[in-house]
Amino acid sequence: MNAAATPPAAQRESHHRGEYNRRMPQVPPSHITPQPIRSGIDLTVNAKPYRHTGDPKLPLLWYLRDVLRLTGSKYACGDASCGACSVLVDGKLARACTLVMQDLAGKAIVTIEGLASADGSLHPVQQAWVDEDAILCGYCQPGWIIAAVDLLSRKPDPSDADIDGIGNLCRCGSYPRIRAAIQRAAKATQGKPK
Amino acid sequence: MSRAHNAGRRRFLRVFGSATGALIVGLPALAWTPDQLLGQRLVRLNAYVRIEPDGTTVIGARDPEVGQGIRTAEARILAEELDADWNKVIVEPLDLGVTAVNGEPHWTLGHQIASGSTSVPAAWNDLRTVGAAARALLVGAAAARWQVPPASLRTARGVVISADGRKLGYGALAADAAKLQPASAPPALKSPSQFALVGQDTGDVDARDIVTGRQHFASDEWLGDTLVAVIARCPFPGGTLARVDDKAALQLQGVKNVMSIPAPDNNDPLGTRQLAAGVAVLATDTWTALQAVAALKIEWKRGKQAALGDDALAKAAQQAFAAAPTQVVRHDGDFAATDKHARHHFDAEYRVATVAHADLEPPSALVKIDDQSAVLIAPTQNPRAAFAVVQRLTGLDPGQIQVKLPRTGGGFGRFLESDYIAEAVLLANAVKRPIKVLWTRADAFAHDTYRPFSIHRLQACADRRRKLTGWSHHIASTSRLAGREQRARWWLSEMHPDDLPAGLLGNLDYAWYALDAALPRGTYRASSHAVNAFATECFIDEIAHTLKQDPLALRLALLGAPRKLPYRGHGGPVLDTGRLTEVLKLAADAIDWKRHHPDGHGFGLACHFTFGGYVAHAVEMSMQGSRLVIHNVVCAADIGRVVNPLGARAALAGATLDAFSTALRQSITVKDGQVQQRGYKDYPLATMAQMPHAVQVILVPSQEAPAGAFAMGFPSAAPALANAIFAGTTVRVRQLPIWPELMRLL
Repeated sequence: MNAAATPPAAQRESHHRGEYNRRMPQVPPSHITPQPIRSGIDLTVNAKPYRHTGDPKLPLLWYLRDVLRLTGSKYACGDASCGACSVLVDGKLARACTLVMQDLAGKAIVTIEGLASADGSLHPVQQAWVDEDAILCGYCQPGWIIAAVDLLSRKPDPSDADIDGIGNLCRCGSYPRIRAAIQRAAKATQGKPK
Repeated sequence: MSRAHNAGRRRFLRVFGSATGALIVGLPALAWTPDQLLGQRLVRLNAYVRIEPDGTTVIGARDPEVGQGIRTAEARILAEELDADWNKVIVEPLDLGVTAVNGEPHWTLGHQIASGSTSVPAAWNDLRTVGAAARALLVGAAAARWQVPPASLRTARGVVISADGRKLGYGALAADAAKLQPASAPPALKSPSQFALVGQDTGDVDARDIVTGRQHFASDEWLGDTLVAVIARCPFPGGTLARVDDKAALQLQGVKNVMSIPAPDNNDPLGTRQLAAGVAVLATDTWTALQAVAALKIEWKRGKQAALGDDALAKAAQQAFAAAPTQVVRHDGDFAATDKHARHHFDAEYRVATVAHADLEPPSALVKIDDQSAVLIAPTQNPRAAFAVVQRLTGLDPGQIQVKLPRTGGGFGRFLESDYIAEAVLLANAVKRPIKVLWTRADAFAHDTYRPFSIHRLQACADRRRKLTGWSHHIASTSRLAGREQRARWWLSEMHPDDLPAGLLGNLDYAWYALDAALPRGTYRASSHAVNAFATECFIDEIAHTLKQDPLALRLALLGAPRKLPYRGHGGPVLDTGRLTEVLKLAADAIDWKRHHPDGHGFGLACHFTFGGYVAHAVEMSMQGSRLVIHNVVCAADIGRVVNPLGARAALAGATLDAFSTALRQSITVKDGQVQQRGYKDYPLATMAQMPHAVQVILVPSQEAPAGAFAMGFPSAAPALANAIFAGTTVRVRQLPIWPELMRLL
């Protein structure tokens, strides 16, 4: 260590921060606000990073809907029985109403809002839904679309039984058109990279 | 326009604009925002039509969209007469149209209700004129510009064309057109041969917003510093709050208030006031409110009258049947005497369970109230009723109340009521902050305006030639009108005097007996048509099998020669038996009724006249182990002229599956004076795996006025399925839900 870098003890005392500051108040740069380090749960939603610092037991659905105001994921049952709140967590299908934030540290969430490209062009599954007019009231459809994206990522050419396996609920009876939309999307995406 | 303001407007338009929803398939996807679409230079031609300089045509849809496709159908009707370029049409929901006249509400936009499949017929009657009037203004503007007579001009796809071939787009004419006075005489309407849009398929105008998650439903909205309210409601009908300990709830960070909601005042009709007493937690977010409600310790006091389950009601019905009917609904000839001397006698009792609406979107209501104004955003099929509740509870002038019509996640009758809106208004009045009341799924099952339980006692007789000569149908039910209207009118919602087979045979009795279920009850898809058609159409099937007649042949013989019978209810004034015969034959042909039925495969038929629509269903099923497989379903419908066949097929197929789902497994049960169901796990909607892969919908080409579509596909579906089950299993299930009884009997 260079001896010159170490001031004598008396000099060190005179450089004590408190005393120094009293004589020469520091003005921090105005464009940088000092922030304490806040511990939280880091995750990404539709490729944007977020840190959740509230209740770790908050269900993902309410984080999405109330905090981020991403309201495409719907509340309908609250007990994972209907699938209207389906999202992808690290590419896998999950039901946001029963997932809690503390289990999502480091995870990448994709919601219905994150499926289309930035230029507005629809995901092939979304496009198939439009082409088959698989809508009726539309409340459950975002959840179906997410579930279909998950199915096609695992099974590019799904059987009827695979499609039945989705298990989301629709009260309006749009099942036949949903099935047709999934089959149409499968045809549209076959041979194409995901 | 400042950025902040712009952002606010943009969000607002996104909420209610559904602007990008008008993108049609095939257009390149653009990163359009509503602002860019709507621009700042809109020209308003009338309440429903605005046109931009670039020709973008904004059509206002006035009726609540609950999944019946009304926004699309209405826009097509208007665009047809406007001769709009559909590629340039954007459909935007209108608010409830209301102004104050001497302090009373005056409705400015006509029909604004989603009930009884009436929206399309109403739109057909008056929105065509609106479109034609706007078109006449545009033609007038072009005539003035070119100095030619208007009659020499024609229009096509958003363009006015002169006799010598000059063209002007609507966008270039809109500003001039808006300065013209509309003609005093109603404009001429197109003849059907000129239709370019009506009768052609088109997708739902909100499809793009729905598949991208941008479509806002009521509960997706916020108004400033909104507090979320979740309410614990008394599970006992007519019960009250005894005491509440809210200490733990109030300790949760984010909880702002705990308030009680008084027991409903029964002087206010059912549906216009809260359904139950409650304790509301108001919090800054939904999760906090949900946790706080769970932390409440509440003791309820039971009401005077305990909720009755279906078994208790069935007993009450037997007592009721022993006495005189509450209402003789129809009495033709002499059934008793005919039956006495008849060769064949038939007797059966059908039972229909209490069911809940179970819409995927639970009730919610967002209200913002101050001294000068109120805004309401809630799922509603009945905006005028919602308006009336806000007006009654706030005392505001009609002109100060704005009712938005967000797209609604189902309806089926639940959102004809305004009980949840009353809750939100009571709370918002008290705390002077915007309030969003959100119902949980458990709330929605425990508190509903249920479709009431009913018992159907049916008798019929036939002569030596196996011809039906007499028919008697007695119904015991809790009226949907009980708690809303005078007792003398209660039967009106329960039994229709002109429903078939009335008018087809000379000796007929229809009678109704009042039950009192204590549970609130209300309208449900197709209302009493659904349950009455189940009993009637299954009983006809029973008779056919007993008489060893083909069920199709017996029905056709009963319907007889095509003729028009008087029909006094909704859908009248006539019931054309020929149209019902036609759909019955179509359905039977499509399922290949006469072919040899494979072993174990059951075929069933049913038909019904609902709200002016004639529908028949044919079903082919089999049991594979303990699994019911529905192989084929046909729904043949004559619903008059069809505005959007793609939408009508969706509505009819959807109604068919919804009817199967409701009929197979759904029932609300009561134990210890309260409804037991709390979620889809104990109230199973049919899954995709349980439902047929397709419904073959046949639309009868018709020149008759449109009748609507949403309710019509429901009533005949369940009896056709039950009749197929009998044919396939020899088990006659005389009750809804079918499945538990079928499993018991098989």
